Amino acid sequence: MARTVTMEVAEGIAKAGEALQQAQEQGDKLPFTLNFGPQHPSAHGVLRLVLEMDGEVVTKADPHIGLLHRGTEKLIENKTYIQALPYFDRLDYVSMMCQEHVWCLAAEKLLGVNVPLRAQYIRVLFSEVTRIANHLLWIGCHALDVGAMAVFLYAFKEREYTFDFYEEVSGARMHANYFRPGGVNRDVPEGLLAKIRKWNDNFGDNVLPMLEGLLDDNRIWKQRTVGIGVVTPEEAQAWGFSGAMLRGSGIAWDLRKSQPYECYADLEFEVPVGKNGDSYDRYLCRMEEMRQSVGLIRQCLQKLEGELRGAPCKVQNFKISPPKRGEMKDSMEALIHHFKYFTEGFHVPAGECYVAIEAPKGEMGVYLVSEGGPKPWRAKIRAPGYAHLQGLDFMAKGHLLADVTTLIGTQDIVFGEIDR
Amino acid sequence: MTTATPHLDAHLDVAGLEALRGVVAKAFPKAQVAVVLRELTVVVEAGQIPEVLGFLRDSEACKMTMLMDLCGVDYLGHVPAQPARFAVVYHLLSLEKNVRVRVKCFVAEGQDGLATVPSVVGIYPSAAWYEREAYDMFGIVFVGNPDLRRILTDYDFVGFPLRKDFPLEGHVEVYYDAKQKRVAYKPVDLPQEFRHFDGVSGWRGMTGNAKLAEEDAVFAREEFK
Repeated sequence: MARTVTMEVAEGIAKAGEALQQAQEQGDKLPFTLNFGPQHPSAHGVLRLVLEMDGEVVTKADPHIGLLHRGTEKLIENKTYIQALPYFDRLDYVSMMCQEHVWCLAAEKLLGVNVPLRAQYIRVLFSEVTRIANHLLWIGCHALDVGAMAVFLYAFKEREYTFDFYEEVSGARMHANYFRPGGVNRDVPEGLLAKIRKWNDNFGDNVLPMLEGLLDDNRIWKQRTVGIGVVTPEEAQAWGFSGAMLRGSGIAWDLRKSQPYECYADLEFEVPVGKNGDSYDRYLCRMEEMRQSVGLIRQCLQKLEGELRGAPCKVQNFKISPPKRGEMKDSMEALIHHFKYFTEGFHVPAGECYVAIEAPKGEMGVYLVSEGGPKPWRAKIRAPGYAHLQGLDFMAKGHLLADVTTLIGTQDIVFGEIDR
Repeated sequence: MTTATPHLDAHLDVAGLEALRGVVAKAFPKAQVAVVLRELTVVVEAGQIPEVLGFLRDSEACKMTMLMDLCGVDYLGHVPAQPARFAVVYHLLSLEKNVRVRVKCFVAEGQDGLATVPSVVGIYPSAAWYEREAYDMFGIVFVGNPDLRRILTDYDFVGFPLRKDFPLEGHVEVYYDAKQKRVAYKPVDLPQEFRHFDGVSGWRGMTGNAKLAEEDAVFAREEFK
């Protein structure tokens, strides 16, 4: 009896051992799941990334987004066109005025209005200032993510100056709410253009070369970016990439050149194009874009200080832009228009349009459907980062975990625009 | 109809757009093809979507290699009434021809309250997330999408927020439950009733915008150039 029990125990142990061994063998084959974020400093906001790992190598990346979803599109459907504008500042909250720009263009397209030339140049001026501000944040954070501290400090110092310009022109350092359908809210204050010129010259001549000097030939920077996240031109198109993500792969495509809006057709600039489609090429592209922006700002300033001095900076049709405050005190017509503009808002003719601009991150588009009233029927915001983040899975496949931070950096992810 | 403005689409290849219109109209005689505001819109049956998009991508005359956007629209209560409640809108771009096209299909909701459209993930991989979003926001089911999870709303969210019959303030709100020590849901409770300002008056002064282009002709004068 005792002997039987011993045998059963021994058999049991042997079976358990086999089961354990089998489980271990299977376990080795099972992917290791790693939760990255949403509260991780290099997740650039609130990205929850569920990674499947084989050792230290990523086999699958499943981004969980929507943690910053505010229902912007639903809110816009319930606001007038002017009330909807500030929501755009808060989409991609590091390139504010560019987002306002696309909304204004969409509304103008349906309205069928012309925009005075001075307003066009002011808009382009601030779009380019914003592009530099965006790229400064990108290079600062991207470099910090892969281990370079100094770039961040220098870049953010310059970015503060761009906020100063925002503040002077609109009163707000970030969420400017400055552009308007039909022009800009008001003309630039006295002396601002000279300040921008001084900063712009210094940035182009001294700061940008210094930032490049810190990274261009930096051994660690190159080790972390060269050959990381290679995107072929075919992949970039299939996944709907735009902006530097497309140009880094060697496709010369820039909406400012290929489908010019505003006065971009009259301005001179080059479109930098990468060769290998890796993170380092995209870095070079964006740095060169900043240099081109410096040139564009210079051209805009020259126009604004020269022949366009004193020209109107918004449509003088008081159905779609408010009359001057002074006029309002004397003229009944102006008072009525002012009141109706800010309560009812202007009516936009029925129709639909898709307008896209070259935002710092890529193609920012708005698909606007109007029923004919003062509020849009539907406004779909096409954010560049949404398509880019979707491509993270194929870009990260086969890379190490540490490279995922490089990829998030090189995609220039901001969650305001992705989650909307 | 208003015309496109000089600061927009001024350098658009209008001839190329017209040529493309001809190509699409010839390939799909049943489709409604129109150029409005210098944008080409193709309206087709929902079932035809993969065929049309496949043609636009692969045909030598189109080369629409990129799907820039895909979204749903809810036309519930729209005046004038549209062919069906929902529309799915695809925005394609050809880098080579430098033209865009909008493909649109109308779908009605079925018995279960959901509308169904064939997925185009096989044609444009980037459609995967856009279809997830359209499903999440409108309850449009894309048949053939292998991963049609919700994407922007919270885990376990109920309802389709961008539908016109979904209230702006939603149905539930989150709060931190100190007893359970976790975040929980409760029915939405606003301290003040949501105020829907309807400023539209009987005075139709703001509606005459069709003439704006004429009125703004003043800015086409030399002194503003």
